[in-house]
Amino acid sequence: MDTDLLKQLNEERQARRAAILITDLGDGSGRLLREGESAGDAFGDAAERAFRSGKSAVVEADGRDYFLNVHLPPARLVVIGAVHISQALAPMARIAGFDMTVIDPRTAFATQERFSGVELLAEWPDEVLERVPLDAYTALAAVTHDPKIDDFPLKCALEAGCFYVGALGSRKTHAKRVERLKELGLDDNRIGRISAPIGLDIGASSPSEIAVAILAEVIAALRKRQVAVR
Amino acid sequence: MNDTQEPLDPLTVAERWAGEGRDVAIATVVETWGSAPRPVGSHLVIDGEGNFHGSVSGGCVEGAVVSEAIDVMSEGRPRVLEFGVADETAWQVGLSCGGRIRVFVEKLR
Repeated sequence: MDTDLLKQLNEERQARRAAILITDLGDGSGRLLREGESAGDAFGDAAERAFRSGKSAVVEADGRDYFLNVHLPPARLVVIGAVHISQALAPMARIAGFDMTVIDPRTAFATQERFSGVELLAEWPDEVLERVPLDAYTALAAVTHDPKIDDFPLKCALEAGCFYVGALGSRKTHAKRVERLKELGLDDNRIGRISAPIGLDIGASSPSEIAVAILAEVIAALRKRQVAVR
Repeated sequence: MNDTQEPLDPLTVAERWAGEGRDVAIATVVETWGSAPRPVGSHLVIDGEGNFHGSVSGGCVEGAVVSEAIDVMSEGRPRVLEFGVADETAWQVGLSCGGRIRVFVEKLR
Protein backbone atom coordinates (compact mmCIF):
# COMPACT_ATOMS: atom_id res chain seq x y z
CA MET A 1 0.00 0.00 0.00
CA ASP A 2 1.24 3.51 -0.64
CA THR A 3 0.71 6.55 1.56
CA ASP A 4 -1.76 8.16 -0.87
CA LEU A 5 -3.99 5.13 -0.71
CA LEU A 6 -3.81 5.12 3.09
CA LYS A 7 -4.79 8.80 3.11
CA GLN A 8 -7.77 8.13 0.84
CA LEU A 9 -8.88 5.25 3.05
CA ASN A 10 -8.59 7.33 6.22
CA GLU A 11 -10.52 10.15 4.55
CA GLU A 12 -13.40 7.79 3.75
CA ARG A 13 -13.39 6.45 7.30
CA GLN A 14 -13.36 9.88 8.89
CA ALA A 15 -16.25 10.97 6.67
CA ARG A 16 -18.24 7.89 7.82
CA ARG A 17 -18.33 6.38 4.30
CA ALA A 18 -17.96 2.64 3.73
CA ALA A 19 -14.93 1.43 1.77
CA ILE A 20 -13.04 -1.78 1.05
CA LEU A 21 -9.27 -1.87 0.73
CA ILE A 22 -8.40 -4.63 -1.75
CA THR A 23 -4.81 -5.83 -1.28
CA ASP A 24 -2.95 -8.30 -3.50
CA LEU A 25 -1.29 -10.53 -0.90
CA GLY A 26 1.42 -11.45 -3.40
CA ASP A 27 2.90 -8.05 -4.16
CA GLY A 28 1.13 -5.77 -1.68
CA SER A 29 -0.48 -3.58 -4.34
CA GLY A 30 -3.84 -2.21 -3.34
CA ARG A 31 -6.87 -0.25 -4.42
CA LEU A 32 -9.83 1.34 -2.73
CA LEU A 33 -13.41 0.39 -3.49
CA ARG A 34 -16.02 2.84 -2.28
CA GLU A 35 -19.55 1.70 -1.60
CA GLY A 36 -21.62 1.97 -4.76
CA GLU A 37 -18.63 1.60 -7.08
CA SER A 38 -18.47 -1.52 -9.18
CA ALA A 39 -15.81 -3.97 -8.03
CA GLY A 40 -15.58 -5.79 -11.37
CA ASP A 41 -16.49 -9.43 -12.02
CA ALA A 42 -13.73 -10.98 -9.94
CA PHE A 43 -14.81 -9.32 -6.69
CA GLY A 44 -18.42 -8.25 -7.30
CA ASP A 45 -20.21 -10.78 -5.08
CA ALA A 46 -17.49 -10.88 -2.44
CA ALA A 47 -17.40 -7.09 -2.23
CA GLU A 48 -21.14 -6.81 -1.90
CA ARG A 49 -21.15 -9.48 0.82
CA ALA A 50 -18.38 -7.64 2.64
CA PHE A 51 -20.21 -4.30 2.47
CA ARG A 52 -23.37 -5.90 3.80
CA SER A 53 -21.86 -8.06 6.53
CA GLY A 54 -18.93 -5.88 7.50
CA LYS A 55 -16.74 -9.04 7.40
CA SER A 56 -13.29 -8.86 5.83
CA ALA A 57 -11.98 -11.92 3.98
CA VAL A 58 -9.37 -13.39 1.65
CA VAL A 59 -10.73 -13.92 -1.87
CA GLU A 60 -9.03 -15.85 -4.65
CA ALA A 61 -9.21 -14.43 -8.15
CA ASP A 62 -7.21 -15.43 -11.25
CA GLY A 63 -4.99 -17.67 -9.12
CA ARG A 64 -3.99 -14.85 -6.76
CA ASP A 65 -5.02 -14.17 -3.16
CA TYR A 66 -6.58 -10.80 -2.39
CA PHE A 67 -7.56 -9.49 1.02
CA LEU A 68 -10.77 -7.49 1.11
CA ASN A 69 -10.64 -5.37 4.25
CA VAL A 70 -14.01 -3.73 4.71
CA HIS A 71 -14.29 -0.55 6.74
CA LEU A 72 -17.87 0.25 7.72
CA PRO A 73 -18.63 3.29 9.84
CA PRO A 74 -19.76 2.28 13.32
CA ALA A 75 -23.55 2.14 13.41
CA ARG A 76 -25.31 4.86 15.39
CA LEU A 77 -28.80 5.02 16.75
CA VAL A 78 -30.39 8.43 17.16
CA VAL A 79 -33.56 8.46 19.24
CA ILE A 80 -35.85 11.47 19.19
CA GLY A 81 -37.60 11.56 22.55
CA ALA A 82 -36.28 11.01 26.06
CA VAL A 83 -39.23 8.82 26.95
CA HIS A 84 -39.70 5.55 28.83
CA ILE A 85 -39.07 3.48 25.68
CA SER A 86 -35.74 5.27 25.13
CA GLN A 87 -34.69 4.57 28.72
CA ALA A 88 -35.17 0.83 28.12
CA LEU A 89 -33.57 1.03 24.68
CA ALA A 90 -30.37 2.73 25.89
CA PRO A 91 -28.71 -0.19 27.73
CA MET A 92 -29.84 -2.72 25.13
CA ALA A 93 -28.51 -0.66 22.25
CA ARG A 94 -25.18 -0.35 24.00
CA ILE A 95 -24.95 -4.12 24.50
CA ALA A 96 -25.79 -4.66 20.84
CA GLY A 97 -22.91 -2.36 19.88
CA PHE A 98 -24.68 0.83 18.83
CA ASP A 99 -23.61 4.33 19.79
CA MET A 100 -26.91 5.81 20.93
CA THR A 101 -27.84 9.47 21.17
CA VAL A 102 -31.08 10.75 22.66
CA ILE A 103 -32.42 14.13 21.57
CA ASP A 104 -35.34 15.84 23.27
CA PRO A 105 -35.83 19.58 23.77
CA ARG A 106 -38.18 19.00 26.70
CA THR A 107 -35.88 19.40 29.68
CA ALA A 108 -38.34 17.67 32.00
CA PHE A 109 -37.79 14.46 30.03
CA ALA A 110 -34.16 14.90 29.04
CA THR A 111 -32.49 14.58 32.42
CA GLN A 112 -29.15 12.93 33.07
CA GLU A 113 -30.73 11.03 35.94
CA ARG A 114 -33.06 9.20 33.57
CA PHE A 115 -30.30 8.58 31.01
CA SER A 116 -27.01 7.93 32.73
CA GLY A 117 -24.29 6.69 30.41
CA VAL A 118 -26.05 7.80 27.22
CA GLU A 119 -25.33 10.82 25.06
CA LEU A 120 -28.29 13.02 25.88
CA LEU A 121 -28.96 16.35 24.15
CA ALA A 122 -31.71 18.58 25.57
CA GLU A 123 -32.03 20.58 22.36
CA TRP A 124 -34.31 20.82 19.35
CA PRO A 125 -33.46 18.14 16.77
CA ASP A 126 -32.83 20.71 14.01
CA GLU A 127 -30.07 22.31 16.09
CA VAL A 128 -28.39 18.98 16.79
CA LEU A 129 -28.73 17.60 13.27
CA GLU A 130 -27.20 20.70 11.75
CA ARG A 131 -24.14 20.12 13.90
CA VAL A 132 -24.02 16.30 13.58
CA PRO A 133 -25.72 15.30 10.32
CA LEU A 134 -27.43 11.94 9.87
CA ASP A 135 -25.96 9.42 7.40
CA ALA A 136 -26.48 5.97 5.87
CA TYR A 137 -24.95 4.23 8.94
CA THR A 138 -27.32 5.88 11.34
CA ALA A 139 -30.73 4.61 12.43
CA LEU A 140 -33.33 7.11 13.57
CA ALA A 141 -36.26 6.30 15.81
CA ALA A 142 -38.76 9.08 16.56
CA VAL A 143 -40.75 8.25 19.67
CA THR A 144 -42.11 11.49 21.13
CA HIS A 145 -45.58 11.33 19.50
CA ASP A 146 -45.24 15.08 19.03
CA PRO A 147 -45.14 16.28 15.40
CA LYS A 148 -43.35 19.49 16.44
CA ILE A 149 -40.41 17.38 17.61
CA ASP A 150 -40.60 14.24 15.43
CA ASP A 151 -41.40 15.49 11.92
CA PHE A 152 -38.26 17.44 11.12
CA PRO A 153 -35.76 14.71 12.09
CA LEU A 154 -37.86 12.13 10.21
CA LYS A 155 -37.58 14.26 7.08
CA CYS A 156 -33.81 14.63 7.63
CA ALA A 157 -33.40 10.87 8.15
CA LEU A 158 -35.22 10.03 4.92
CA GLU A 159 -33.21 12.57 2.96
CA ALA A 160 -29.92 11.37 4.46
CA GLY A 161 -30.70 7.73 3.58
CA CYS A 162 -30.51 6.48 7.17
CA PHE A 163 -30.47 2.67 7.07
CA TYR A 164 -33.47 2.64 9.38
CA VAL A 165 -36.19 5.20 10.03
CA GLY A 166 -38.94 4.36 12.51
CA ALA A 167 -41.74 6.39 14.04
CA LEU A 168 -43.92 5.59 17.01
CA GLY A 169 -47.68 5.85 16.63
CA SER A 170 -50.76 3.97 15.53
CA ARG A 171 -51.71 3.54 11.88
CA LYS A 172 -54.10 6.46 12.24
CA THR A 173 -51.41 8.71 13.75
CA HIS A 174 -49.04 7.62 10.99
CA ALA A 175 -51.55 8.41 8.24
CA LYS A 176 -51.69 12.00 9.51
CA ARG A 177 -47.89 12.07 9.68
CA VAL A 178 -47.67 10.90 6.06
CA GLU A 179 -49.85 13.84 5.02
CA ARG A 180 -47.66 16.30 6.91
CA LEU A 181 -44.45 14.87 5.43
CA LYS A 182 -45.93 15.15 1.94
CA GLU A 183 -46.58 18.81 2.61
CA LEU A 184 -42.89 19.10 3.53
CA GLY A 185 -42.08 17.93 0.00
CA LEU A 186 -41.26 14.23 0.52
CA ASP A 187 -42.48 11.72 -2.05
CA ASP A 188 -44.33 8.44 -1.38
CA ASN A 189 -41.24 6.32 -1.97
CA ARG A 190 -39.25 8.06 0.71
CA ILE A 191 -42.13 8.23 3.16
CA GLY A 192 -42.74 4.51 2.54
CA ARG A 193 -39.36 3.75 4.13
CA ILE A 194 -40.64 4.73 7.56
CA SER A 195 -41.30 1.76 9.81
CA ALA A 196 -44.65 2.53 11.40
CA PRO A 197 -46.02 1.26 13.64
CA ILE A 198 -42.46 1.07 14.91
CA GLY A 199 -40.65 -2.18 15.73
CA LEU A 200 -40.78 -5.81 14.67
CA ASP A 201 -44.22 -7.29 15.18
CA ILE A 202 -43.64 -9.32 18.35
CA GLY A 203 -46.80 -8.16 20.06
CA ALA A 204 -44.82 -5.76 22.26
CA SER A 205 -46.93 -3.78 24.72
CA SER A 206 -44.77 -2.38 27.56
CA PRO A 207 -42.14 0.30 26.90
CA SER A 208 -39.33 -2.25 27.41
CA GLU A 209 -40.92 -4.70 24.99
CA ILE A 210 -41.35 -1.95 22.41
CA ALA A 211 -37.66 -1.15 22.89
CA VAL A 212 -36.79 -4.79 22.10
CA ALA A 213 -38.98 -4.65 19.00
CA ILE A 214 -37.31 -1.41 17.83
CA LEU A 215 -33.78 -2.72 18.41
CA ALA A 216 -34.57 -5.98 16.59
CA GLU A 217 -35.93 -4.03 13.63
CA VAL A 218 -32.87 -1.77 13.57
CA ILE A 219 -30.54 -4.80 13.55
CA ALA A 220 -32.57 -6.44 10.76
CA ALA A 221 -32.35 -3.25 8.70
CA LEU A 222 -28.58 -3.03 9.23
CA ARG A 223 -27.78 -6.66 8.42
CA LYS A 224 -30.21 -7.13 5.55
CA ARG A 225 -29.67 -3.81 3.84
CA GLN A 226 -29.09 -3.96 0.09
CA VAL A 227 -26.00 -2.27 -1.23
CA ALA A 228 -27.06 -0.17 -4.17
CA VAL A 229 -24.61 -0.03 -7.09
CA ARG A 230 -24.51 3.39 -8.64
CA MET B 1 -19.32 -1.76 15.72
CA ASN B 2 -15.93 -1.32 14.21
CA ASP B 3 -12.66 0.03 15.48
CA THR B 4 -12.65 3.13 13.33
CA GLN B 5 -13.78 5.43 16.11
CA GLU B 6 -11.06 4.40 18.54
CA PRO B 7 -8.79 7.24 19.47
CA LEU B 8 -5.39 6.77 17.88
CA ASP B 9 -6.55 4.00 15.63
CA PRO B 10 -3.64 2.24 13.91
CA LEU B 11 -4.27 3.45 10.35
CA THR B 12 -4.49 7.06 11.52
CA VAL B 13 -1.24 6.59 13.44
CA ALA B 14 0.41 5.05 10.33
CA GLU B 15 -0.56 8.06 8.24
CA ARG B 16 0.81 10.42 10.87
CA TRP B 17 4.09 8.52 11.15
CA ALA B 18 4.51 8.48 7.36
CA GLY B 19 3.89 12.23 7.36
CA GLU B 20 6.75 12.61 9.83
CA GLY B 21 9.05 10.82 7.40
CA ARG B 22 9.29 7.60 9.42
CA ASP B 23 9.46 4.14 7.83
CA VAL B 24 6.15 2.42 8.44
CA ALA B 25 4.98 -1.18 8.12
CA ILE B 26 1.37 -2.28 8.43
CA ALA B 27 0.51 -5.76 9.72
CA THR B 28 -3.04 -6.98 9.13
CA VAL B 29 -4.83 -10.10 10.36
CA VAL B 30 -6.10 -11.63 7.09
CA GLU B 31 -7.37 -15.02 8.30
CA THR B 32 -8.18 -16.68 11.60
CA TRP B 33 -9.02 -20.25 12.58
CA GLY B 34 -10.49 -21.34 15.89
CA SER B 35 -10.49 -18.87 18.72
CA ALA B 36 -8.41 -15.88 17.70
CA PRO B 37 -8.06 -12.89 20.00
CA ARG B 38 -8.38 -10.19 17.33
CA PRO B 39 -10.75 -10.30 14.36
CA VAL B 40 -9.80 -10.39 10.69
CA GLY B 41 -8.91 -6.88 9.54
CA SER B 42 -7.16 -5.85 12.80
CA HIS B 43 -3.97 -3.85 12.39
CA LEU B 44 -0.62 -3.44 14.07
CA VAL B 45 1.50 -0.61 12.69
CA ILE B 46 5.25 -0.52 13.21
CA ASP B 47 7.87 2.15 12.55
CA GLY B 48 11.53 1.71 11.63
CA GLU B 49 12.59 1.96 15.27
CA GLY B 50 10.31 -0.83 16.38
CA ASN B 51 7.66 1.43 17.91
CA PHE B 52 4.24 -0.08 17.37
CA HIS B 53 0.56 0.68 17.80
CA GLY B 54 -2.54 -1.50 17.63
CA SER B 55 -2.69 -5.29 17.89
CA VAL B 56 -3.05 -8.45 15.85
CA SER B 57 -3.30 -10.93 18.72
CA GLY B 58 -3.82 -9.15 22.00
CA GLY B 59 -0.16 -9.48 22.93
CA CYS B 60 0.89 -13.05 22.11
CA VAL B 61 2.75 -12.60 18.83
CA GLU B 62 3.29 -8.85 18.54
CA GLY B 63 7.00 -9.16 19.32
CA ALA B 64 7.55 -11.57 16.44
CA VAL B 65 5.46 -9.44 14.07
CA VAL B 66 7.47 -6.34 14.96
CA SER B 67 10.79 -8.04 14.16
CA GLU B 68 9.44 -9.43 10.87
CA ALA B 69 8.11 -5.96 10.06
CA ILE B 70 11.56 -4.45 10.49
CA ASP B 71 12.90 -6.98 7.93
CA VAL B 72 10.03 -6.16 5.59
CA MET B 73 10.82 -2.44 5.85
CA SER B 74 14.46 -3.01 4.88
CA GLU B 75 13.70 -5.54 2.11
CA GLY B 76 10.53 -3.91 0.81
CA ARG B 77 8.76 -7.19 -0.05
CA PRO B 78 5.54 -8.04 1.81
CA ARG B 79 5.24 -11.27 3.80
CA VAL B 80 2.49 -13.48 5.07
CA LEU B 81 3.15 -14.86 8.57
CA GLU B 82 1.31 -17.68 10.22
CA PHE B 83 1.03 -18.23 13.95
CA GLY B 84 -0.50 -21.21 15.70
CA VAL B 85 -0.48 -22.96 19.02
CA ALA B 86 2.91 -22.87 20.75
CA ASP B 87 3.12 -26.50 21.85
CA GLU B 88 4.76 -28.63 19.15
CA THR B 89 7.41 -26.47 17.60
CA ALA B 90 9.46 -24.83 20.31
CA TRP B 91 10.85 -22.07 18.11
CA GLN B 92 7.44 -20.90 17.11
CA VAL B 93 5.77 -18.00 18.86
CA GLY B 94 2.29 -19.15 19.67
CA LEU B 95 -1.20 -18.13 20.62
CA SER B 96 -2.16 -19.29 24.09
CA CYS B 97 -5.83 -19.35 23.11
CA GLY B 98 -5.27 -22.27 20.73
CA GLY B 99 -6.26 -20.46 17.57
CA ARG B 100 -4.32 -19.84 14.40
CA ILE B 101 -3.88 -16.56 12.54
CA ARG B 102 -2.38 -15.37 9.26
CA VAL B 103 -0.87 -11.90 9.29
CA PHE B 104 0.06 -9.91 6.20
CA VAL B 105 2.98 -7.52 6.72
CA GLU B 106 3.74 -4.80 4.17
CA LYS B 107 5.80 -1.68 3.97
CA LEU B 108 3.95 1.59 3.51
CA ARG B 109 5.43 3.19 0.38
